[in-house]
Amino acid sequence: MPPRPFTPKVLTANALLEGDVVWLDADGEWTRRMEEAALIEDEASAELHLLDAHARAHEVVGPYLAEARRGSHGPEPTHFREAFRTRGPSNYPHGKQEGQ
Amino acid sequence: MYRYSEFDESFVRSRVAQFRAQVERRIDGSLTEDEFKPLRLMNGLYLQLHAYMLRVAIPYGTLDSRQMRQLALIADRWDKGYGHFTTRQNIQFNWPKLADVPDMLEALADVGMHAIQTSGNTIRNVTADHFAGAAAGEVADPRPVAELIRQWSTDHPEFQFLPRKFKVAVTGHPDDRAVTAAHDIGLRLVERDGQIGATVLAGGGLGRTPMIGKVLADFVPLADLLPYLEAVVAVYNLLGRRDNKYKARIKITVHENGIEEIRAQVEAEFVDRKRLFSGVDQAMLAAITTQFAPPAFEAEAEGDYETWRAVDPVFRAFTDTNVTPHRQPGYAILTVSLKAHGATPGDATSDQMRLLADLAERYAHDELRISHEQNVILPHLPKRHLKAVHDALLAAGLATANVGLVSDIIACPGMDYCALATARSIPVAQGIALRFEELRLEHEIGPLKIKISGCINACGHHHVGHIGILGLDRAGVENYQITLGGDGGPDAVIGERTGPGFAYDQIIPAVERILRAYLALREGPGETFLDAYRRLGMEPFKAALYDTEETDGARADAA
Repeated sequence: MPPRPFTPKVLTANALLEGDVVWLDADGEWTRRMEEAALIEDEASAELHLLDAHARAHEVVGPYLAEARRGSHGPEPTHFREAFRTRGPSNYPHGKQEGQ
Repeated sequence: MYRYSEFDESFVRSRVAQFRAQVERRIDGSLTEDEFKPLRLMNGLYLQLHAYMLRVAIPYGTLDSRQMRQLALIADRWDKGYGHFTTRQNIQFNWPKLADVPDMLEALADVGMHAIQTSGNTIRNVTADHFAGAAAGEVADPRPVAELIRQWSTDHPEFQFLPRKFKVAVTGHPDDRAVTAAHDIGLRLVERDGQIGATVLAGGGLGRTPMIGKVLADFVPLADLLPYLEAVVAVYNLLGRRDNKYKARIKITVHENGIEEIRAQVEAEFVDRKRLFSGVDQAMLAAITTQFAPPAFEAEAEGDYETWRAVDPVFRAFTDTNVTPHRQPGYAILTVSLKAHGATPGDATSDQMRLLADLAERYAHDELRISHEQNVILPHLPKRHLKAVHDALLAAGLATANVGLVSDIIACPGMDYCALATARSIPVAQGIALRFEELRLEHEIGPLKIKISGCINACGHHHVGHIGILGLDRAGVENYQITLGGDGGPDAVIGERTGPGFAYDQIIPAVERILRAYLALREGPGETFLDAYRRLGMEPFKAALYDTEETDGARADAA
């Protein structure tokens, strides 16, 4: 069976101090908004970014690569779990949707 | 109520100081996450989907007004002004910041509370019947035993690295409101020949492989209980599997080795353990028991309660559903529902917590309980105060008359908060409650326990719900499986799956079809849903669920 083609991803984690969701942007900084994240489209750089993120343990916890697709305003989630992470819980306007 | 001894106090303070230093070292980079994670889990601190979460133990679900006010203060000062009461009689704060957690723990220590062993592979918070010491028909108050177990298990050097987490529940009432059969160890206090002892169940648990606990010992006298428990945990500690976390709970150990083999090993171990117990545990149990003496009950507690019931139909409906008979004449056990229609099951705002604290202090001997069903209880309320309490609850949105009905749903936090969840639970619970409120069918349907879990770990106890709902991720879409006929009572039963699951927008109509079938098929209002299910079996409910055109879409997923 041929290897599955690489699908686009974003690198995400939780911030060490606040615990809220962050994504890696194109400048290598952590952003609180997914649309500002870098969409990673090749496997080699995805692995490198992940290694790099693990080394930044003083900034974030639990980095991983999440499936994403290109949207009109930047990367968008493809799975409902990742979509919830961009907003917050559905029972209160807390988390990232707070004040929006 | 139990008051911390000097030992408890200094132990908890020293743990807070220790954790404060650990947090500092994590933040300054001296500890990696791999090093820090087990330390934070030992202190109840999780990292969830959107934030950290602090889980605080409420041992055997008992609080006084001072402690409840402190939980409100913590919610206001370091969280978002509310707390979530869980199915294990804990409270969870969903939005703490890492650097604030030591201060939160310090504030807990100020009122004799902690978050120790609310996570990790240790003996967890000991739960008990939420009507302990109050219910008519109780054999013995389970809380002294539960407190003894809390003291014994806290930081027990032999049991800090068990194969897996270990949950103990205690009931002293034949009705078993503590779901003892679904715990690693369930204790049922019983009387034999004038002596109090415990029937010991082992190997119960829900989750991936649901099992009903088996009787390990018919009767263990109280004098032998602690060495016996120590023998059980010691045997499990050695026999329990460490190669596969899904096979590490004692339910699998019991299943694989057989209850007879476990019993034989426990009995052999008990002989050795018993010798090591000098009797100090019995002195401690006696001292603890005096702290759980019943309050000084009023002689004339009834007052004009019946008059108010006769003239005020809202009050009457409230007391019909939310009051349980108390063993003391003139007294009531009042369950305050945290399940207002459309609200998040188990959530209380800081204002609501303060009101409940005030009511407990002013009217109800300063005692509160948290139930595993995620409600708050005033266990000792003179009936003459019920009207005033109802009026105050009404003003605070806490007078929902739905205890034990369709909308009194247990729901885990699900994917709105939990990092392990595979689907949401809360909006499903909210939707069911609102739908049946809209239909005005709740009281017609009568006693019913709906329990919802957002993943296979079953924190929402779905296996023992009369209707259980399990949220899963099926090919990237939320999908909900239904089980029927589960029961968490003394003769506990695991529910049976109906068939294929339902999409998020189909699960509420599916529950409605089940309950409409029940109303059509029951022999009368006296036959509860569970009784009707036991009489009729699965087939008519399956037909109601699946034999309709509109469910074709829902059936497409046959996972």
